[in-house]
Amino acid sequence: MPLDLATVEQVAELAKLGLTDDEKARFTEQLSAILDYAARLQTLDTSAIPATAMVGGLENVMRPDEARPSLSQADVLANAPRSHAGQFQVPAILD
Amino acid sequence: MDYEIVIGLECHVQLLTQSKMFCGCATDYDGAPPNTRVCPVCLGLPGALPVINRKAVEYTVITGLALHCQIAEFAKFDRKNYHYPDLAKGYQISQYDLPLTRQGWLDVEVEGQTKRVGITRVHLEEDTAKNTHLGETSLVDYNRAGVPLMEIVTEPDLRSPEEARVFASNLRRILRWIGVSTGDMEAGALRVDANISVRPQGQAKFGTKTEIKNMNSFRAVKLALEYEAQRQIDVLEHGGRIVQETRGWVEGEGRTVSQRSKEFAHDYRYFPEPDLPPLVLSSTEVERLRAQLPELPEARAERLMARYGLSQYDAGVLTGSRAVADYYEAAVAAHGNGKAVANWVSGEMFRLLRGATLEIEAVPVSPQALAELLRLVDDGTIGISVAKTVLEEMFATGQRAGEIVRAKGLTQISDQDQLRQVAADIIAANPKAVADYRGGKPTAVKFLVGQVMRATRGQANPTVASEILEQLLNESNGRQPS
Repeated sequence: MPLDLATVEQVAELAKLGLTDDEKARFTEQLSAILDYAARLQTLDTSAIPATAMVGGLENVMRPDEARPSLSQADVLANAPRSHAGQFQVPAILD
Repeated sequence: MDYEIVIGLECHVQLLTQSKMFCGCATDYDGAPPNTRVCPVCLGLPGALPVINRKAVEYTVITGLALHCQIAEFAKFDRKNYHYPDLAKGYQISQYDLPLTRQGWLDVEVEGQTKRVGITRVHLEEDTAKNTHLGETSLVDYNRAGVPLMEIVTEPDLRSPEEARVFASNLRRILRWIGVSTGDMEAGALRVDANISVRPQGQAKFGTKTEIKNMNSFRAVKLALEYEAQRQIDVLEHGGRIVQETRGWVEGEGRTVSQRSKEFAHDYRYFPEPDLPPLVLSSTEVERLRAQLPELPEARAERLMARYGLSQYDAGVLTGSRAVADYYEAAVAAHGNGKAVANWVSGEMFRLLRGATLEIEAVPVSPQALAELLRLVDDGTIGISVAKTVLEEMFATGQRAGEIVRAKGLTQISDQDQLRQVAADIIAANPKAVADYRGGKPTAVKFLVGQVMRATRGQANPTVASEILEQLLNESNGRQPS
């Protein structure tokens, strides 16, 4: 299934990737190849196979509702490029 | 042209757990310094793994049961991907195609008509961080990120802003009743968003909808939706088209405004959360939770009406919260007369609570103490108006009714001779009312009874006082008052 340029640009926007025109062309081709492969899987008859989200066989892994100590504010912010008044400071976002 | 309004709600509810949805951080972030209820899991650090909070799952199932939903035998969590710093992971853990519960209903009553509103689903997810804007930057506090958040989605069954308001209010009552949330809208524990559209009366196809956010009270829900419905109708009447968008209610301006997101197209690329094994809910487990459900507000109101002969209105007021209903029934158990207790609780007690901005949980007058007060009225020791004063005193000091009546000498005066003296004085002092009475206005005696009550600081037995006054007025009929 060939992918068009507009779709690649939209995916790049959603993933916050700034791509050059060359990259867009290259990724259009590469992503198309990946989708082609996925399309081959789609042709298999899976009607007899239940939907599977995990293969580990685990279920109902839960913890009791007990509060435990958190990190210190200093540790939380240690890797932040910018912080202010105990908070992460990031480029302006819209709510 | 006449238009029909179509509304569906999405309600986000913070659950009353001690710890977050997928980690052990405490949920008491209100008032806490920023980023002090945060750990590697809710900070999305590489290698940190989430683990499901059992209580949050139970609360969601209990809510589903209270809303007559079907409980899933198999449920799972999914990742909802988006780039926005309110969740550090780059996705929110939510439930996409296999939520814990779905297909329920909740009744609302508007203008005497009961209407059944479909619940599409109740699912579990995590709350997001709090952002504040500072010039060219935004500040992010992750204390709230990861708090268990339940989302309740309705069918587009609501047909007026008032129905939406009543639905939200009923939902809040149930959430508080079953103890899963504070339902505090101002604090953000209950957030009601609405999808609203209008269509010409009789048209089968829905109109284009807008999503309304930022409604922080039940009143705001009604006002915002009234505004938005009219805005949409105006657009259509002028030949325009509705743009599907998110709009925020601006309380101070009384209008909704477009909130264009930076994200030009939402594509959340949901996929199953690989870090969380699915949930399998056995019927034994569901029945165990069902057994924990208290008698729900509507059933309790019905029972109060049947058992104590209450009006529908009184039963509604007394089941406003579980604590009120418990208080009421404890007082009835101690006193016996359901109707009298209902009047005192919904009248004087509520007035005092409102005045002191207290909830009934904090009331200084126990149900037994209220019953004692009412018994003093029943046996004629005090009259109604003194009883109200005594209740105020009980409310203020926590003293029992008997102590207050004794200490202040408030025992009702039913003594004929004592009252006859007071009544004679009052007649002498109020020639106008006496003239009115004799001039054919029997109601003037009410004024004179009021004066007797005042002169005795409310202690006169009003029935006896009234009898004596009429007796004296008729005895001395024709004579000028001295």
